[in-house]
Amino acid sequence: MLDAAMPGKGQPRKLVEITDLKMHFPIRSGLLRRHTGDIKAVDGVTFDIYEGETLGLVGESGCGKSTCGRAILRLYEITGGSVVIEGRDVAALDPEELRKARPTMQMVFQDPQASLNPRMTVADIIGEPLNEHSALSGDQKLARIYELMDQVGLNRTFANRYPHEFSGGQRQRIGIARALALNPKFIVCDEPIAALDVSIQAQVVNLLEDLQDKLGLTYLFISHDLSMVRHIADRVAVMYLGRIVELSPRDELYEDPLHPYAKALLSAVPEPDPTHEATRQRIILQGDVPSPANPPKGCNFCTRCPEVQPICHQQDPDLIEVRPGRHVACHFVKPEKPTAGPTGGTEAKERNQQGETQ
Amino acid sequence: MTDVTALERPRSQWADVWSQFKSHKGAMLGLIVLALIVAFVFIGPWLWRIDPKYVNPDAVQMIKTRNKPPSWDHPLGTDQLGRDMLARMMAGGRVSLAVGMVAMVISMVIGGFIGLIAGFYRRLDGPLMRLTDMFLALPLLPLLLVLMMLFRDSLAGLLGPEAGTFLLIVMAIGVTSWMQAARIVRGQVLAIKEREFVLAARSIGVPPRRIILRHILPNVMSSVMVAATLGIAGAIITESVLSFLGLGFPPDFPTWGRLLFDGVEYMQLYPSRVIFPGLAISLTVLSVNYIGDGLRDALDPRIRGR
Repeated sequence: MLDAAMPGKGQPRKLVEITDLKMHFPIRSGLLRRHTGDIKAVDGVTFDIYEGETLGLVGESGCGKSTCGRAILRLYEITGGSVVIEGRDVAALDPEELRKARPTMQMVFQDPQASLNPRMTVADIIGEPLNEHSALSGDQKLARIYELMDQVGLNRTFANRYPHEFSGGQRQRIGIARALALNPKFIVCDEPIAALDVSIQAQVVNLLEDLQDKLGLTYLFISHDLSMVRHIADRVAVMYLGRIVELSPRDELYEDPLHPYAKALLSAVPEPDPTHEATRQRIILQGDVPSPANPPKGCNFCTRCPEVQPICHQQDPDLIEVRPGRHVACHFVKPEKPTAGPTGGTEAKERNQQGETQ
Repeated sequence: MTDVTALERPRSQWADVWSQFKSHKGAMLGLIVLALIVAFVFIGPWLWRIDPKYVNPDAVQMIKTRNKPPSWDHPLGTDQLGRDMLARMMAGGRVSLAVGMVAMVISMVIGGFIGLIAGFYRRLDGPLMRLTDMFLALPLLPLLLVLMMLFRDSLAGLLGPEAGTFLLIVMAIGVTSWMQAARIVRGQVLAIKEREFVLAARSIGVPPRRIILRHILPNVMSSVMVAATLGIAGAIITESVLSFLGLGFPPDFPTWGRLLFDGVEYMQLYPSRVIFPGLAISLTVLSVNYIGDGLRDALDPRIRGR
């Protein structure tokens, strides 16, 4: 997608390629538990993640962000599409191959309390991936556990403690250490900061950024906190009702959202500056999100879109590249003449810098 | 933090469990009482060398020594055939304890296994739970009677009358008492397998059997423990019911339940005949209950250290 902006040299490698990912949960009803419908939590999502970048995935509650993240790691059996991570289609691997592929892709969970087994010590929790995937001796494993604890800023003397003895931020560090244990390339961060205090959120996000610089990690950063995504992400995908409506480089999205939903969503971000805040125009959407079991005909957003037209109720818009590096799914955002605009250039440069730090 | 060598190595979990268990007063008391009861039934017979089945062949002597109250010769008195109650309590305790423990272990293993599998694998949930319902709906006593009728003689021929009966009773009680445990375990597994740490284990690539053993089983242990301690009492009583109906051990073979039932007809005249076996059963059940309580607390790190 950056090809237009930067043809030829220094093209970052695509680490993850997701094509038409679908995750439908069956609805069963009646006495015989017959399959009567599907909840289309993720309904045809296509995007790529480049090596070393952070892709933010934002959207309101229930739009399928977390499901999308879990489906990419195949924590659910996906309904359709493909997820190619490092050249392997994760969606098609058999269980044993999938197990062997697990070390490249890891996950940091939303609720640090729930994602740690209350009956295991920190050393056991961080050591579990090592037990599963490596043949280290006891001492080597312990050394690796201590190394990981240092990396995430946990005191080594905590190794014998249990998760309930920690604060939320520390627990999230344990979860991050566990995700790092196998030297993954790709980490799905499923709202890793949603359950934390604001001051702790900054610590955890900074930790994630430091680790990315040091270890060259690639993140899919799922969040509903738009300011935090602006801070950490390189590109941002906006999801609505199981689909991506806009996928753009961060700065361009925040300055000039193209999709009506992205506009509405970003208009809700509070401004720290009171003079700007006073003039901020919020776009307030009418109505509720339609049920993912019964999405509207045509564009998914047509029931609430302030700019809705008759065609929106008929045809489903595709996600197309309308500006260099910017993909929008809307009938009324037409592609401009493809010119290598300056914005695309700066974006690409930024990514190069990240490549150098690895 | 400065000196790496000074760091304590991760301790074994069982050391923590034991130190917490020790601090639970009730559990330690229960452990001591149970140890005393075990010593009483296993070491006791070496010190108190009266044959529990000895009936004085001289009918006059036998009648004179019947139903004696406690005395120096017979500290717990004698029964209706002049047999020494202390010796019978020791001999009976061995069988009762063994039946209680083994039957409990069998029923917990079956119940735990079925509960875990039914809770974890959605596809097996329906069939296994219907099987559980079916077992719950079976009238147990008639089923036990039929089992005894069918298999007692063949097993007795194979293993000898006592070992055969023991095996049969233990199996029969175990196989007919696992359903509560299975239901409790299944309910807990359903709740726990949706927790994020199970998802985290899957994302690490832990195979299902190890997810069950490492993440789910320890978290359902506490409810299994409660069911197990109650199960021991149930097994001891069920064994005595079977013996009472003449389908357990032979009538002259003492067990606590048997002694209790034999004493019931004389209860108003010689209350000690009922009190001692009843006390033994109650003490065992109570001590096992406390041990289970302490074990449950000790296995839970959130309670440990409090």
